[in-house]
Amino acid sequence: MTTTPEVQQQLTQEETLATLGRYDFGWADSDVAGSTARRGLSADVVADISRLKSEPQWMLDFRLKALDLFERKPMPRWGSDLSGIDFDNIKYFVRSSEKQAATWDDLPADIKNTYDKLGIPEAEKARLVSGVAAQYESEVVYHSIREDLEQQGVIFLDTDSGLREHPELFREYFGSVIPSGDNKFSALNSAVWSGGSFIYVPPGVHVEIPLQAYFRINTENMGQFERTLIIADEGSYVHYVEGCTAPIYKSDSLHSAVVEIVVKKNARVRYTTIQNWSNNVYNLVTKRAKAEEGATMEWVDGNLGSKVTMKYPAVMLMGEHAKGEVLSIAFAGEGQHQDAGAKMTHLAPNTSSTIISKSVARGGGRTSYRGLIRVNPRATGSRSTVKCDALLVDSISRSDTYPYVDIRTDDVSMGHEATVSKVSDDQLFYLMSRGLTEDEAMAMVVRGFVEPIARELPMEYALELNRLIELQMEGSVG
Amino acid sequence: MSTLEIKDLHASVRTEDGPKEILRGVDLTVKAGETHAIMGPNGSGKSTLAYAIAGHPKYEITSGEVLLDGESVLDMSVDERARAGLFLAMQYPVEVPGVSMANFLRSAATAVRGEAPKLRTWVKEVKSAMSDLDISDEFADRSVNEGFSGGEKKRHEVLQLALLNPKIAILDETDSGLDVDALRVVSEGVNRFRSPENGVLLITHYTRILQHITPDHVHVFSAGRIVESGGPELADDLEKNGYERFVKAVPA
Repeated sequence: MTTTPEVQQQLTQEETLATLGRYDFGWADSDVAGSTARRGLSADVVADISRLKSEPQWMLDFRLKALDLFERKPMPRWGSDLSGIDFDNIKYFVRSSEKQAATWDDLPADIKNTYDKLGIPEAEKARLVSGVAAQYESEVVYHSIREDLEQQGVIFLDTDSGLREHPELFREYFGSVIPSGDNKFSALNSAVWSGGSFIYVPPGVHVEIPLQAYFRINTENMGQFERTLIIADEGSYVHYVEGCTAPIYKSDSLHSAVVEIVVKKNARVRYTTIQNWSNNVYNLVTKRAKAEEGATMEWVDGNLGSKVTMKYPAVMLMGEHAKGEVLSIAFAGEGQHQDAGAKMTHLAPNTSSTIISKSVARGGGRTSYRGLIRVNPRATGSRSTVKCDALLVDSISRSDTYPYVDIRTDDVSMGHEATVSKVSDDQLFYLMSRGLTEDEAMAMVVRGFVEPIARELPMEYALELNRLIELQMEGSVG
Repeated sequence: MSTLEIKDLHASVRTEDGPKEILRGVDLTVKAGETHAIMGPNGSGKSTLAYAIAGHPKYEITSGEVLLDGESVLDMSVDERARAGLFLAMQYPVEVPGVSMANFLRSAATAVRGEAPKLRTWVKEVKSAMSDLDISDEFADRSVNEGFSGGEKKRHEVLQLALLNPKIAILDETDSGLDVDALRVVSEGVNRFRSPENGVLLITHYTRILQHITPDHVHVFSAGRIVESGGPELADDLEKNGYERFVKAVPA
């Protein structure tokens, strides 16, 4: 049933020991689909993906054009070191299940087992979510939505089904927020995208309990390229939550998603990510929202795992009084670089943006805050606040701040605060003098540091975050 | 019945210019049921004694012994000392942003008692201890010591004393910065704690806290060691005549 021993054969004993107690989601299922998938990228591969999905011609054309853009665009060199990505060795499409299941029991046993271990069915049973999507490799294998939401016209589908079942709505918005050629990785995603969530919330409908998606990479050297498109119609509200995990392998995998969100007049969307990829995943994600008049877009972004993350959730504030907010936590341990931040573009008068970023580095890990605030000449009366705090747990870790500001009008209010702090000896002494071990004391200081963001997370994710911090802090001292 | 024995204790503080000796041979025994007051002028090393016993990394013990019930605490880490039954109420309690008092108190109680207190009785226990010290309920949700006034911090130190119920409590300048009412509340808290089961070492610069907490023994501290010991009447003498004669008697 479990194939953990198989994974262990791929690692030396020391490596296996090093992973124990560090990363809880590092098992792998047997990998029949993945082992036969082909490596490398070409027009044939792209055409195959489109054919397998029986897509309309316009999508195939879209993909091929994007492939061309991908090949022509240079690798970004301004952020993390991406030289370790071997595009020829990646498997771009892995189909693990012939059809999507409507109940957990219909899933193939090994996939069901994975999601059981991750606790997803419990969340659904406990009604912590209004709908669940589970993506395994390239495609969504399980999907459900509460009937009452369906009756109100809420659409929550995997993106492939979205294209099939709502072609007009889909085509109107797909690629409208992030053009294929935005950057090398959005081009790559546009060429080989598969899976992701497609959500439409009709005017005035409030989805009170989050919709949740769970992304899992199982195959070694797999590339996961999900594509999410959310349209919140006027005056609506939805909270979408995604979690990500992968097995621990010796060589690297790539996750490169594109997430587009359209927040119409007076609507509000909250998008929460807890990314806990294993430490051999390159996580290069483009996320952007358009916020119309009076709309609110909130990104809550937790980056705990991955080898390298480059992710800067963005909000284009298109209409007057639109609001954008990014709350982000990044946690970098040994061998990790979290290059995360946010991008706010003020395009209309009286728009406001807030960025709150907290990062923790330990064990030689590196965190970078990279942010851009752009205020166009039209966007008079706008306000922007940026606050980024970094915590260094030891003296071998690193934190950098790269704030970019481009303001084209005088009538703005802009605040920027950045701090870098270390866990102080006095804090540790105080907590230890109350009986806490050094690891416990350190974890408590770190939990306190990220608390302002952790409290914005859904309960089960906040608990998960706390648990991860404790795991990360074990043996972090001395 | 617990006993804290300090034998010929020498300690240095780590500074940029190398170690500097502060404690120069301290001898003191605190038995359960006793309250000892250590009094001395500023800079005499009183607080260093408190930190050295608790194990602050800034101080290095160069020689001597500290025994709790016959066992050396100097080989123990700071948290092991706490779990063995030592408690230090600090002069300057440290802020821990984002950690609620409720969470902190429960974590500390769990560590010191060896198991998590039962939630039901724990909530009652904390509430009653807080109300004894005139601490309002909202403090449970506030971050540890963050934005607390001097008096609020000291009350919370005594709250921890009440909840952790150590064998030996060291109170470092717990009276400093308190107004008359706060001094009374804090002193009452210490008096509630005093019992035949535990001992108190009270470190203070001023005699006024001794009007609320009557010590069994008073020691005068100067230039890193105890230069005179006596009963409560020694405090009265200090009140009248100051530290001058003791400071003069010992070459620095």
